[in-house]
Amino acid sequence: MKFSEQWLREWVNPQIDTQELMDQITMAGLEVDGFEPVAGQFSGVIVGEVQSVQPHPDADKLRVCQVSDGTSEVQVVCGAPNVREGMKVPFAVVGAVLPGDFKIKKAKLRGQPSEGMLCSESELGLSENHDGLMELPADAPVGQGVADYLKLNDVTIDVDLTPNRADCLSIKGIAREVGVLNSMLVNSPEIQPVESVHSEVPDIRVEAPAGCPRYLGRILRNVNLQAESPLWMQEKLRRSGIRSIDAAVDVTNYVMLELGQPMHAFDRDEIQGGIVVRMARIGEKLVLLDGQEVELTQGTLVIADHDKPIAIAGVMGGEHSGVSPKTRDLVLESAYFDPITLAGKARHYGLHTDASHRFERGVDYKLAREAMERATRLLMDIVGGEPGEIVEVASDEDIPEDRVVDLRARRLNDVLGMEIDRTTVEEILTRLGLRMEKLLKDGWRVSVPSFRPDISIEEDLIEEVGRIYGYNNLPVTEPTGSLGLRPEQEAVRPVSAIRNFFVDHGYQEAVTYSFVDPKVQQLIDPDRQGIALANPISSDLSVMRTSLWSGLLKTVAYNQNRQQPRIRLFETGLRFLQEGERIDQQPMLAGVVVGSQYPENWANGRRTADFFDVKGDLESLFRLLGIEVHFVGGQHPALHPGQTAELMRDGEHVGWLGTLHPQVQKNLELNGTILMFELFLNSIVTGYVPNFKEISKFPEVRRDLAIIIGSEVAFADVERVARKHAGEQLTALRAFDVYEGESLGEGNRSLALSLFWQHPERTLNEDEVHSLFNGVIDALKEELGATLRS
Amino acid sequence: MENLEQLVQDGLAAVDSADSLQALDQIRVEYLGKKGVITQQAKTLGKLSAEERPAAGQKINEAKGQVEDAINARRSDLERAAIEQKLASESIDVTLPGRGQDLGGLHPVTRTLQRIEHFFARAGYTVEQGPEIEDDYHNFEALNIPGHHPARAMHDTFYFNPGTLLRTHTSPVQIRTMEAGKPPFRMICPGRVYRCDSDMTHTPMFHQVEGLLVEKNVSFADLKSTVEEFLRVFFERDLQVRFRPSYFPFTEPSAEVDIEWGREADGSIKWLEVMGCGMVHPKVFEYCGIDAEEYRGFAFGLGVERLAMLRYGVNDLRMFFENDLRFLRQFR
Repeated sequence: MKFSEQWLREWVNPQIDTQELMDQITMAGLEVDGFEPVAGQFSGVIVGEVQSVQPHPDADKLRVCQVSDGTSEVQVVCGAPNVREGMKVPFAVVGAVLPGDFKIKKAKLRGQPSEGMLCSESELGLSENHDGLMELPADAPVGQGVADYLKLNDVTIDVDLTPNRADCLSIKGIAREVGVLNSMLVNSPEIQPVESVHSEVPDIRVEAPAGCPRYLGRILRNVNLQAESPLWMQEKLRRSGIRSIDAAVDVTNYVMLELGQPMHAFDRDEIQGGIVVRMARIGEKLVLLDGQEVELTQGTLVIADHDKPIAIAGVMGGEHSGVSPKTRDLVLESAYFDPITLAGKARHYGLHTDASHRFERGVDYKLAREAMERATRLLMDIVGGEPGEIVEVASDEDIPEDRVVDLRARRLNDVLGMEIDRTTVEEILTRLGLRMEKLLKDGWRVSVPSFRPDISIEEDLIEEVGRIYGYNNLPVTEPTGSLGLRPEQEAVRPVSAIRNFFVDHGYQEAVTYSFVDPKVQQLIDPDRQGIALANPISSDLSVMRTSLWSGLLKTVAYNQNRQQPRIRLFETGLRFLQEGERIDQQPMLAGVVVGSQYPENWANGRRTADFFDVKGDLESLFRLLGIEVHFVGGQHPALHPGQTAELMRDGEHVGWLGTLHPQVQKNLELNGTILMFELFLNSIVTGYVPNFKEISKFPEVRRDLAIIIGSEVAFADVERVARKHAGEQLTALRAFDVYEGESLGEGNRSLALSLFWQHPERTLNEDEVHSLFNGVIDALKEELGATLRS
Repeated sequence: MENLEQLVQDGLAAVDSADSLQALDQIRVEYLGKKGVITQQAKTLGKLSAEERPAAGQKINEAKGQVEDAINARRSDLERAAIEQKLASESIDVTLPGRGQDLGGLHPVTRTLQRIEHFFARAGYTVEQGPEIEDDYHNFEALNIPGHHPARAMHDTFYFNPGTLLRTHTSPVQIRTMEAGKPPFRMICPGRVYRCDSDMTHTPMFHQVEGLLVEKNVSFADLKSTVEEFLRVFFERDLQVRFRPSYFPFTEPSAEVDIEWGREADGSIKWLEVMGCGMVHPKVFEYCGIDAEEYRGFAFGLGVERLAMLRYGVNDLRMFFENDLRFLRQFR
């Protein structure tokens, strides 16, 4: 909410400067977002009176004017279309400096001397309006400084109010806060009921009392809407961010800003029969004041006449029933609309108005009559007219109940962490407008005013006391209490250990969006439908990822396009699967590698990273985690059919490793061989707690062998067969050479293995080892068709 | 015996001129070997009388010793020279870069999160996780944000259907933690959150850390110390912290936390908002089945990217999610 500091100071005027005032209300919870002067910096501008206007002899659009500065007359050439004799205008005399350091000097315009300048609002930094000269009231004293006359030594303060503080959406509300903070009384305008001069009253029927518990109407006859709002009112509105429209709109806006009650004025001649407050009917349409036509939906509270809706209640009036300069009779509306009924309605129609903002947050449910009287008086002062009686339709059972809340002193102290003096508590609450109903044994029973719908429980009062006392005046103490630490599971490695592992192995961590481009995901995971957002921010961020690869590959593309050929990335995070009714959110670990295996330098060479480089990294990771994972040949739609491994742990699928399928790579416009892996984090983080075994004191025996075997036989099978026959004392088995060549015959390869044996309690003798070794060779021959390489 | 002296002289000369270890060894064999010319002199002893023998024998031994010493000295010289030559040939340019894998790096958000987690772990907080696709109940209703609440409009929620959404904050993990356990609680929840908003200063995804402490006797004053201490530890500075009244539906009293961050043009402190916090709202306790008369609690929430930006001087939020390697590498 924006407001004029001067206006606030009419209500309460503490002896502190603007900055202190803003700091004070910020620290009370009404955060000041900013402030700006209500006019530009200027000097030498006075009230001038145009004495005569003559055409310029050599220019059609210019006029030669004689302007009085109160003591003498000077000639000014002026191009504004609205200049006329007798007009009072801001007059920048020779020597004046206008905003933007624009100096006014003697000049000749098309041959005619001009001593000074007549100003528009925009030239004084008052508004954007540069349609013509700013017209000052006829009684403006000629010769007085305009800054003085308009009291421009003022700033517009913008407070960013939290949604609970509906009470501060008015000068009255902010003044109340400032009064509390400075322990000052607050002035308020005297509002007297306006006597009716005729008996005509609007016919009002409220069919939806839950949405509209209170509705007040009054007829004001024979008004003159040609009359302009007074300058002081226009200025207060302008300084509070509201443009002056006409007297009826200005007054309703003025009362809204001053007291917090949004109001509306209808043209009585456009209301058929009477006013009906009801819910909209399906299919009804309404052209709003802003010119847009809306189709009303169910659940919308409307103001209607006997034929049709004429306004969306508490949001915006209709164009048809709105006031115009020709309007003769007004119907004024002042109502209390239920916040829950109005919640979200304005947004539903793409609107956000000052009225809807207030009604949704809760307007004072006892304010409507006072506001009606205030508006009637202000309007009559401008447009004249004959007021009728106020008609009030109220549904007592729907009007919010007055609340009484108990505050215990002990609870107050416990929550805030200090004892606050009883009289201080009482003073704070009283100045905030709460009434002490009763002193309790340990506290107070207070009644809550109708303008504070946010207060209904004890904690609300504690907050009020704490807020006004000042959070920064409360003590600072250490929390006590038992920590009750949980046992730490050693076998479960923290994800941070995994992250550090990848960092140590040259991978850079990425964090990509959880929603991805469905087209990219389709390429990577064609068999799954990602869960789609109903309101995505854009189509390329519209479905939830089913694999972390979508985001990582996009990151690869992004970096390849920025001359980064060597990319090693990993990411941890959730993937999202729709499993029937259920949504599965699984923590994943994924990585991509492309480019040279090592940073290119004189010693590393330029070897491109391949499957086994990444596999080696994963094997190291699994050793770190203390788990055994098997790599089994597999198929995955995103991966190269001949370079895909399914990762298995104890027979359970735990992830994939492979080379990106060349077709997918082409479709994604990526370069190079791209290795990728993705693992289920939860399946790999739990390893074991080390359990000490006696170290054998006896020698280890090594035997090497080389076999020729069909290329289709996986090393894993060779290892499995060898281990089966190598006996319990086998401590290790390694492949130390793999070779394929013409000499071996097509479809064959040579594998060289070394086997290690060691007995925990004695030296193995030559015969034992020999027989185990031969057993392995025989088994490889018989079971896998291997031949021993000579 | 003149012969012996001559032999010694010849031997010493030969040793002197030996230019390799092999040559030296040959000289050793030639003079001192079994058939060496000096060794052979011993055979002449038989021809001498028993009186002459000891003196002659001693002379031969001295001659042997003389040559042997010379050979040993020469050998040391030659060996030293050989080592020096080897060392000279093995010298390398130590200024060339080393070989092997480069180091990767943590994402700055993770780096920041780890600092935050570390602080709270030391203070006895557990780290909890929750779902990112949340239901309306946990994200809003149980946090005292009913359907019509104006605060909902401020959340810019991503929906899948009316009851299912992407969590807009990490606060639902408070609820899930309290539902699943019994007080007391000390927990934080770091994680991704989502808002349907994207411009210079907003990304549709970002990270928060939620904190919750529930004890029998805890006050706003305790909350203040926790927050102040955290900020001082995090920024490694004794910076000024202020608590500004604010509003969150799930805490009361509620505050926003500003830290001192430089000076305004007029010399006054420039305050920067970094966190939100407050005492757990009784309604939230009620939803979680905790007796608000017996237990009290405080909660706080902070934006991780915001803290990372302040700490590392990053000036564009969007860079965190572009994953430009030239950006990421600055944080390893």
